[in-house]
Formats: sequence, structure tokens, C-alpha cells
Amino acid sequence: MITPSSLPELRDAVLSAPRVIAVGAETKPRLSAVDAVKIFMRQLSGITEYEPSEFTFTALAGTPVKEIIAALAEKGQYLPFDPMLVEAGSTIGGVVASGLSGPGRFRYGGVRDFILGVRFVDGMGRLLRLGGKVVKNAAGFDVPKFLVGSLGRFGVIGEVTFKVFPMRESTLTLQMRFEVERMAHIANSRFEADALDVLPGGETMLVRLAGPGKALEVLAKEIGGEVIDNAIWDEIRETRWNFKSDHTPDQIGDFKAAHVSCGGNVAFSNTPPLRGMALRGDSPLWIGDRPRFVIETAVKQALDPQNRFPTLDD
Amino acid sequence: MENDFISQLSLILPPSRILTRSVELAAYESDGLTAFRTRPLAVVVPETTDEVIAIVRLCHELKLPFVARGSGTSLSGGSLPIAEGIVIALNRLNRILKLDPAQRIAVVEPGVVNTQVTTAAAPFGLHYAPDPSSQSICTIGGNVAFNSGGAHCLKYGMTANHILGIKAVLGTGEVVEWGGGSRERLGPDWCGLFTGNEGLFGIALEITLQLLPKAECFHTVLAGYRTLEQAGDAVSAVIASGLLPGAIEIMDALALEAAKAAVHAEYPLGCEAVLIVELEGPREVVAIEREKLDATLAASAPVEMRPARDAEERLAIWKGRKSAFSAVGRLSPDFIVQDGVVPRRRLGEALRRIAEMSQETGLRVANVFHAGDGNLHPLILFDGREEGALHRAEELAGRILRMCTEMGGSITGEHGIGVEKREFLPNMFTPDEIDCMQRLRAAFDPLGIANPGKMFPGKEAPALSHVGLHPLEKAGVISRD
Repeated sequence: MITPSSLPELRDAVLSAPRVIAVGAETKPRLSAVDAVKIFMRQLSGITEYEPSEFTFTALAGTPVKEIIAALAEKGQYLPFDPMLVEAGSTIGGVVASGLSGPGRFRYGGVRDFILGVRFVDGMGRLLRLGGKVVKNAAGFDVPKFLVGSLGRFGVIGEVTFKVFPMRESTLTLQMRFEVERMAHIANSRFEADALDVLPGGETMLVRLAGPGKALEVLAKEIGGEVIDNAIWDEIRETRWNFKSDHTPDQIGDFKAAHVSCGGNVAFSNTPPLRGMALRGDSPLWIGDRPRFVIETAVKQALDPQNRFPTLDD
Repeated sequence: MENDFISQLSLILPPSRILTRSVELAAYESDGLTAFRTRPLAVVVPETTDEVIAIVRLCHELKLPFVARGSGTSLSGGSLPIAEGIVIALNRLNRILKLDPAQRIAVVEPGVVNTQVTTAAAPFGLHYAPDPSSQSICTIGGNVAFNSGGAHCLKYGMTANHILGIKAVLGTGEVVEWGGGSRERLGPDWCGLFTGNEGLFGIALEITLQLLPKAECFHTVLAGYRTLEQAGDAVSAVIASGLLPGAIEIMDALALEAAKAAVHAEYPLGCEAVLIVELEGPREVVAIEREKLDATLAASAPVEMRPARDAEERLAIWKGRKSAFSAVGRLSPDFIVQDGVVPRRRLGEALRRIAEMSQETGLRVANVFHAGDGNLHPLILFDGREEGALHRAEELAGRILRMCTEMGGSITGEHGIGVEKREFLPNMFTPDEIDCMQRLRAAFDPLGIANPGKMFPGKEAPALSHVGLHPLEKAGVISRD
């Protein structure tokens, strides 16, 4: 079993076999179910830098997200994209490689919008640092963003730097009857909803508000619906669904058999969507058509000329 | 060769849109970084994306370098022409192809001007968040190429954070379409990789932008401080308070002087620095948060605090801030704008060191910056007619950039590397890391015809060195103001 516990060891691990794939806690097992030697990342763990005043932290890829959330909470900060499968043990490297964001991505964006920098090992065994460690940086190509959702196929992520936000004073959850127009109205309104999901069955919509408690009470009255326990979001984050698909709100065909997140931009389901990605189970990784361009092969060649990592189609 | 490519371009465009006379080319010789100037072989003016694709494919076939250009506002020389190549002027691709208020997206061509998006979205209560200071003229294509920032990056991120889809023609001639109207993606983030490529990967043809509901309410406070350091401390206090302002900006005395002269802005007397903090959100939220902000600022020993009482006063505050760059032009015949980033907690130290360097070199430096991001914009004033003045100014700029990387920051927060900072790329990245980026560049553009000479240091294309005259300058091939 290959279990690197330092970045140099990770480099050695990449070079130790002709074909390797990094795995974290395997909470999205289909993503790494390929014919390759597994590099277990759990030992490569720990927050390496955390500067609350900078709104940034840096952590090794195998660090459990739960640990990061706890460290941030201690300083009154949080990850706005709402990482998923936290209780299941997901690692920060896995969050990046899978590109999986939770309901909170509605307000400020997903994993891609908060990643600032990365250290990764390319297919030639080089440990590279791209992006930066400060909240704003435009130097060089944005490889950190590219690695979001790259499924370990272009390089192994060793360490990541993220931007974080100050935690809001309180959150409030409203439950109401789902109607397409109502969802669009809330999404485009002055309320600045923090999350907007539709529960499976397609009848119930959840609206999360975040901010000063007194203000939220007033906003909630205007929006309507019933105030329910915030704990429902914990359940949603620990998603048990097998497939993820991307949508625009008008494209969601079936609100009944899926959990719809992010105001109709993401759906999680157990029946294969028309186009999507399998997180679990033994179906093909990609469902339906995945756009394929020549540049994908060329970029793969640039980062991993010997195909030391599987391809997106393996 | 020259006639050959002109005749082949004529198969794609009418002669009126192929500019080759020197009087026509003059306007395209430089961009926002006016110290650099190069005359291209020709400027072509496509009007459709198909024409752009055909031009890029012809360039590929002929190995002819090209530089895509929007309004030419790059402050890093990102759209500086190449003497042996052409400029593809994209201003006529200025259509908003789609604006879907229900899904909060806009699909635009690259020549659409930044503010036009917000203007088009405004009737639906929506806006396009990235707001570079040049937003009234800069184009979305240029914003994508350079991942432009603005005053609201702390909360809303840069251009890349608002790009949902890109159709582009790559340096290989391949046409790709990544993403689309959804806020979520499957697979690697190609749009993320493409945004900020500085024109080295290809040209964006259609860009899908995320629109956001316009904030209902703003609370904008201008506070004057005796010293820059006090203003810096106030920023730390605001950050520590747990608030997430939409913008936190600082202007120093020299920048204030310029803004006063240019737009008749008025600032508290006796202040070495002015801080601008803006909260935004639903009125009920802002009503509560403003108390916290006002109390935090009041405790930071300002000389005076001026909350904007209405929309007009708010706009006046921003007008002063956004005019600062051009306003500094009134104080000095020439200036260089720098764009380094330092960790926010070291802002005070960074400003002190810039002041010391300014004194040592005898060059005046005005500071206007995005304090919430640690993104400095020192404006180094000089008189280009004075012997060696540009050289001294560039040296000082280089020292400031080195200081930024030494502090763990970046050589550019939002202007990009371009031509201007390419020699500093190795200060941030190892040879292996630069090699990795060059391999990526070669994947998108194996012939090296897409905006060569930008971002990477070295011999790839003629550019002006920071020390003395470049051989091509001596030969009269390229020149500076």
C-alpha cells in the first residue's frame, strides 16, 4: 500500500508505478475506480498555514475537510462552497479533484471560486506550485482551477490553498412549496439567498438565508414558508446519491427523482441522468455525451506525457 | 510573404477591414502601457466569429503571429503588437447574443464593453460583478484574457469567477466550447484554465457570464486618516470585525491630490490617506452591519468619517477612486502603474517600504489600492523627457515587485504579466513550474503564434528590457514614448 506522508514521498509514489491514481477517503468511489495503483493520501494530512486575517489557509491534500472546518470555525470563518460528504470523511484534495460543491455554492460559487493555489505532482514526477497564496493573484496560468474536477487524471494534488470568508452571524432555513417561478423569483431577488434547493419529489423547496439574525427574521416573513431546522443541510451535504449532473434551471426535466441544488444548476440522482457523472456504483463514469476536444489530449500530454495517470475516459 | 498573407486575408475580409497604412496602424501601436510601442504588419477588423476563426486558421497555416485586441486598455502591455505579426481588432464583435434574466446569464461576444453588460442587465435587477477601473471602455474579451479584477474582488472574485462558458478558437485553429449556462461543471475546469491565459491560448469568441442580483442597498463610508499606517490598521480592524465588505480601498495623499484636481473630489483636510469601505446587501442586513462598521471605523481614530448619505454621494466617492489612475496623469507627464499583491497583514509594512524607496530614488509614488485584497497599485511618477528617468522608474517598479514576492504575495493581482512583468515571472515560479506553463502554452499553441512575447521571460519575441535600450530600439524597430 502506498501511503506517502510528505510531499517528497508523494513525488516518489507517483514515480513508483507505471499507472497511479490518488485516493482520499473514497467517499466518491466511482471517480477513482480505475485500473491503476492507488496512492492513499490520508497520511499526507494537516493544515500547513492558516492566517485568519488573510482569509486563507493551506492544507495538505489528505487533510479531512472536517478538521479544516473545525479550525476555521474556531476563528469565525468558513468555506462558503459548503463541501460535501464531510462526515463521511472527505479530504480537501478529494474535494478539489471531484469538483463537488454543496448547496452553499449558490451564493458565492463553488470549489473553483475559492481555490487560490495548489502544489501538485505532474506525470513526470515534478512537484510544482501554481497559483498563489494570497486572495488575489493573476500571475501565470490558472492550473489550480483546472485541477478542480480533474479527477486526478492530470496530476496528483499534494497541497491546496483556499480563500475563506467570515462566518455569518446566523442562518435560517425556510421550507415552502416548489414552483419554478417562485424559485426564479427568489434567485433573482434582493434577498441574496445563501442556498436554494429542491427536495426529491419536486414538491418542496428550501431557502437558506444567512446574516444578522434580526434581519433574517424580517426577510423570512417577506419570503414566506415555514422555518425549519438548519440540520437539514447537513443531511443534504452527506449526499447518498449516485449521479451528479449540471443543468440550467429550465433544463431540469425531472424534479421528482432527484435532489436539485444551487437554484436548479445541479442535480443529484440515483437514476442515470441524460448527461452527468457517476459518483458511486459501477456504471460508466460519464453518462451521456462528454464534450471532447483535441486540446484535452494535448493538455494531458503536456502535464502527463507518459499517461502515468489514467485518462478521463479510463 | 507579406503580400502573400495580405492576399490570403483578402479572401476572408474586404480590403476596408485590412489596415496596412502606417496612419491606420498608428492607433494600434500600443495599449494602456504606453511606454511600449510596436507597429504590426497589419490590423484586421473581423465582424463575425467565423471571420476570427478563419483569420486564426490562416495565421496557423502561415505561422503568422497574431495579437487579439479589444479596447487596448491593458496596463501590462498585454495587447502590444508584434512587429512581424498582425493585430486582430475585436471591437466590432460587440453583440450581446443572449440575456436570460430567469437564469441570470448573458452570452456576449468578446468586443462587448464591460459596463454594457451591466447596463443591459439593469432593467432586470441584475448586474455583472467584475468592475475594473477601465470598465467603461475595456472589453469582456480582454477581461477574460487577463482575468481582470476590480474593486469588488474580495467578496465576488475576479473575472474567472463569473465565467460559466467559453467558445474559443485556439492557437491550433481548433474551436472549442466549454461549459454553458450552468453554474456547475463536470470534469476539469477548462474555462478556469482559459481565463487569464493572456492571449497565449487563443481567442474567446463567445463568453457566457454569470449575472448577479443587484445589491438592494449600499453603505459606503469614506474615512480620512492622519497616516497611511492608521488607514492600514483600520482595514485590519474591519477584517477582524467579521464583516465582509464588498470593497475596501485606500488612496494616499498624492492620489487624493490628483483626484481633487481631476474630478473636483473633496476629501477631509490634513489626511495622508483615505479609506473607502462599502457594505452591500438587503436593506435589513445593511442596517445592522453598518452599525458594526461605523463603530469599528470610529474606533480606528479617523480624522473624519463621511458616510455617503445617498446614491449621488456614493457615486461621487467612487468617481474619485476610479478616476485616480488617469488623474495622476495630471501630476506628472508619465507614470508606471504597478499591481503587486502582499498579504493583507503586511500592507502597512509594504507601504512604509515603498515610501522609503520613493525617498531614496527621488521618484514620487502615489498609492491607490484594493486594500481588502492586499492588491497595491503604486503609481510611479516620472518625466520621460528627463535622461534616464524611465529607467529609474522601472528599477523602482522592479524593487516593489521583488518586495511583493519576498512577502509571499504576487507580482500581479489583476493586470497580468504581459510584456511588462515577464522578467519577474521567475521570482514567483521555479524553472520547472515555468516549464509546466510553457508546455501548456505549447499544447494550445504549438507554433507560438498567439500573442508571443507575453508572460514568459526570454528571447521569444522582441520586447524592451528593463535595463537600457533594447537592441531593436537602437535599430529603430521598436520605440518607447
